[in-house]
Amino acid sequence: MTAVSIRDIRKVYGKNTVILDDIDLEVASGEFVILVGSSGCGKSTLLNMVAGLDTPTAGSIAIGGRDVTHVPSKDRDIAMVFQSYALYPNMSVAGNIAFALEMRKVPKAERDAAVLRVAKMLQIEHLLERKPGALSGGQRQRVAMGRALARDPKLFLFDEPLSNLDAKLRVEMRAEIKLLHQRTHTTTIYVTHDQVEAMTLGDRIAVMRAGRIEQLDTPQAIYERPATKFVAEFIGSPSMNLFACERGGDGLRAGGVALPLNDAQRAALGASTALLYGLRPENVTLADHGVPGKVIMVEPTGPETYALIDTALGHLLARAPGRLVQRSGDAVQLAWRAEDAHLFDAKSELRVA
Amino acid sequence: MRAAWLPKLVVAPSFVLALLFIYGLIAWNGYLSLSASRLLPNYEFAGFQQYANLFESERFHVALSNMAVFGTLFVGGAMAIGLVLAILLDQKIRAEGVLRTIYLYPMALSFIVTGTAWKWILNPGLGLEHLVQQWGWESFSFDWLVDPDKAIYCIAIAGVWQSAGFVMALFLAGLRGIDDSIVKAAQVDGASLPRIYWRILIPSLRPVFFSTLMVVSHLAIKSFDLVMALTAGGPGFATDLPATFMYAMAFSRGQIGLGAASATVMLALVAAIVVPYLYSELRVKK
Amino acid sequence: MNRLSVHRVLLWAALLLFAAWFLTPLYVMVVTSLKDMQQVREGNLLSLPSDPTLASWAKAWSSACTGIDCGGLKPFFMNSLLMVVPAVAVSTAIGSLNGYVLAKWRFPGSEGLFAMLLFGVFMPMQVVLLPMSQVLGWLGIASSIWGLILVHVIAGIPSTTLFFRNYYVGLPDELVKAAMLDGAGFWRIFTRIVLPLSTPIMVVTLIWQFTNIWNDFLYGVVFSGADSKPITVGLNNLANTSSSVKEYNVDMAAAMIAALPTLFVYIVAGKYFVRGLTAGAVKG
Repeated sequence: MTAVSIRDIRKVYGKNTVILDDIDLEVASGEFVILVGSSGCGKSTLLNMVAGLDTPTAGSIAIGGRDVTHVPSKDRDIAMVFQSYALYPNMSVAGNIAFALEMRKVPKAERDAAVLRVAKMLQIEHLLERKPGALSGGQRQRVAMGRALARDPKLFLFDEPLSNLDAKLRVEMRAEIKLLHQRTHTTTIYVTHDQVEAMTLGDRIAVMRAGRIEQLDTPQAIYERPATKFVAEFIGSPSMNLFACERGGDGLRAGGVALPLNDAQRAALGASTALLYGLRPENVTLADHGVPGKVIMVEPTGPETYALIDTALGHLLARAPGRLVQRSGDAVQLAWRAEDAHLFDAKSELRVA
Repeated sequence: MRAAWLPKLVVAPSFVLALLFIYGLIAWNGYLSLSASRLLPNYEFAGFQQYANLFESERFHVALSNMAVFGTLFVGGAMAIGLVLAILLDQKIRAEGVLRTIYLYPMALSFIVTGTAWKWILNPGLGLEHLVQQWGWESFSFDWLVDPDKAIYCIAIAGVWQSAGFVMALFLAGLRGIDDSIVKAAQVDGASLPRIYWRILIPSLRPVFFSTLMVVSHLAIKSFDLVMALTAGGPGFATDLPATFMYAMAFSRGQIGLGAASATVMLALVAAIVVPYLYSELRVKK
Repeated sequence: MNRLSVHRVLLWAALLLFAAWFLTPLYVMVVTSLKDMQQVREGNLLSLPSDPTLASWAKAWSSACTGIDCGGLKPFFMNSLLMVVPAVAVSTAIGSLNGYVLAKWRFPGSEGLFAMLLFGVFMPMQVVLLPMSQVLGWLGIASSIWGLILVHVIAGIPSTTLFFRNYYVGLPDELVKAAMLDGAGFWRIFTRIVLPLSTPIMVVTLIWQFTNIWNDFLYGVVFSGADSKPITVGLNNLANTSSSVKEYNVDMAAAMIAALPTLFVYIVAGKYFVRGLTAGAVKG
C-alpha cells in the first residue's frame, strides 16, 4: 500500500537557478520507477527530496498516503542505496546491515535473524565478519542492498548504484536487482544516467531534462513512441538517426529526396513547416531500391553489424543482423517503412507523428 | 537535518569564546593603546599619544629594524634551505625516512631549548670560538652573540636551524603531490633533471610556496621565545624584536599603554600578510 | 642511475653535511651535559667527556637555582605536566566537535564562523596578553595552573578545529546521509561513525597540541604565578640566572630534560607530527 505521490515539486537555488520545475509523479504501490537523464537534470535532487535529505522550495511529497514533506528522513521508513554505497568503514558487514535496526532499538536476537535472512538472500553470509575495506565492488554493492533490505522499508531508493562497477558486473547486478524486486515487491525509485539500465529495470521510466520530466511511460512506449526529440535521442543505443526536413508538395523532402510518409503521418503534419525525421538504426535496411549512399564505416559487434552510410540526408547509421557483405566505400541503397519514422517539430521538439 | 539548532548549539561556545577572547580582547587591547595606561590600566582616553610615543621610541626603532633584518634572514634562509633539502630528499634516497627525521626534529623542541643550546654553542669564550681555536685557527674570534650589531644574526641562525626542516616537510609534500605523469612526459620529451626541476616542478610549487612563506613570515613576526632564551633582547636592547619590546613595556616597565600599542602594530603586520592570503585561499575554495 | 656517479656522491655529501648541521647542537647538548666544568673548560664543544658524569643532570633536576629557589627543574616539570594533560585533552575534544559540525552540519554562517576561528590560528598573542591577564585576575585564576590551562585551551581551539574540520571534510557526506536514513541523529553519527574514523587526525592533533603547549614560553611567562611556572620558564630562568659561576653543563642538562618529552613523542610518532604540520599549514 505504498504509493508515492510527488506533486508540484520545485527547487530553486538563489534567485534564478531552477533545479526542479514543477515535477509531478505518481508511483503506484510495488512499482519500479526509473528516473533517467544526463547529469544535472535534477534526478538525484528529486530522489534526495523523496529521501528527506533535501527540501523542496515548493510542492509536496506523500509516501503511503502520508504527507512527508516536512518529516525527517529517519521517520520516513525508506531505505537508500548510494552510488558509493556509503558503507560504514569501521563496522563489519553484519554491523552495517544491522545498524538501522540498532537505531530503532530492535532486540539483538531479532537483529541477528534479520541480518542472516538478508545475507542468505544476497549470498553474502560468508562475508558477515569482514569490514567493507576488504570487499570487492560487487560485494560492497550487495552489502549496501542488504543494509536497505534489512530495514524492510516501504520504499527503496537507488541513486546510480551500478555506476561504479565494471561492465560485466553491472549486467549481473542489474539482473539481481530485478529479481530482488520481483521477490519483495517493494515500491522502488531508481536513478540512473544509463538508458540500458532504465529500459531493462523499470516498470515505468521518467526521462528528465533540465529539471523537467519529458516523458513518463513504460520502456516500450518510450522506445516506440518518444514524445520529444530529446527522449528519442536519449533512449536507444546507438542513437536514433535524426535529420532536418521541410514540407515539399504534400509530403516531406530532405536533400532533394522525397521521404516515405503514410496517411496518418501526413495528416498529423498540421502547421509545422520545419520538421525532424527520425529513424532507428534497426529500421534502416540495405535494400535494392531506396535512398542512395556510400558506406563510410562498418562495425561488426558479433550478433549484428552497424554501417555508417553517407547519403544526401546526411550520415545514417543502419543496423543489420549477422554479417554484412558490403565493405567501406561500397555504394548501397537504404530503405525503410514509413510507419517506422518518428516525426518531430523542429522548433518545439515535440512529437508530431 | 531537523534539529537544526543542535549543531549550532555545539559550536556556540567556541563561537562565543572566539568572539570574546579573540576579537573582544583585541578590541580591549586597542582601547588600552589609546589610553594613558602606565603601570596600571587607566581608561582615560589619550588619543594616539601612545602610538606617537611608540614611533618616537629609539628602542622600538631598533626593534623594527631588527624585525626587518631578522625577518629577511630567517624567512629567506629557512625557505631556501628548506627547498634545497626538499629537492635533495626527493631524489629517491634510501635513507630518506631517517634523514627526514633528522632534519625535522628541531621543530619538536621548544624555542627556549633551541635558544639555550645555541647560546652555549655561540658562547664567546667557550663555544664555537674556542672550538675553532683548538682546531688550530688561533686568531679566530666569534663574539657575535655579545656584539650589538651582530647578535641579531645569531638569532637568525638559530631560527633557521629550527625551522628549515618544517619548510622542507611542506615543500616535500608539495613535490610529492605533483602528478608523476607530468615528470615522465618531460623525461620522454628529453628534459634533463635540473631542467625538469627548474621549469616544471618548482613552478608547480607556487601555491605551497606562498602558503609556506606566509606561515614562516608570521612565525618570524611572533618570535619571542627564541630571543628571550638566546639574548633576552640584549646586549642592552640591541636584539629587541617587537614581541620582546611589547613584553618589556607591558610587564616589566609599567608602560601598559605603550605595550598595547606595540601589540597592535604587531597585529597589523601579521594581518597585512595573513589576511590577503586567507582571503584568496578561501575564495578559491568556493 | 649509476649509484656511484658523481651526482650521487655530491648528493650524499650535501645530505650528510646538512644532517651534521642539524645533529651537532643535540650532540653538543648531550656531550656538554655529561662533563664537569673542568672538562668543559679544557675541552671544546665537540670533544667527548673524558670522564662522563650524570651529576649535572641530577643538579638540573633537583638543586639548580632558577632565580630565588634552588629546587631544580622538577617542580616546573610537574607544573608542565599538570598543565599539558587537561589543556591537550579539552582543546582536542572541543576541536573535534567543532570540526564535525563545520564539516558535516553546515549552516548559513558556518563558513564565516570557521574564518573567524581561523584568524585565531595566526594572530599574534601579544595582542591579547594584557587584557587576558586582567580577565584571569577577575576569574581569580591569574597565578594558578588553571589560568594557564584556560589560556592554552582557548588558544588551541582554532588550530584543533582547523585540523578536524579539514579531515572531516574528507569523509564522504554520503556516510552521514546513510546514517541519517538509518535513523541515527547528530550525536550517534558522531560517536558511532565519525569518531571511530578519527584515529589518524586524533593522534596528529594530540601530538601537535602536546608539542606546542609543552614548548610554549610566552603564556608560561606571562600568565603563571610563583608556583605554576612551566618548564620552559624554569629552563630560561635556570640558564639566565646571574649567579657567580655559569654552569654550562647544568644548563645543557636542563635543556635536555625540557626537550626529552617532546623529542620522545616525535621519535615515536614522527610521521603523525609531519602530517600535523602539513595539514595545518597547507590548506586542504
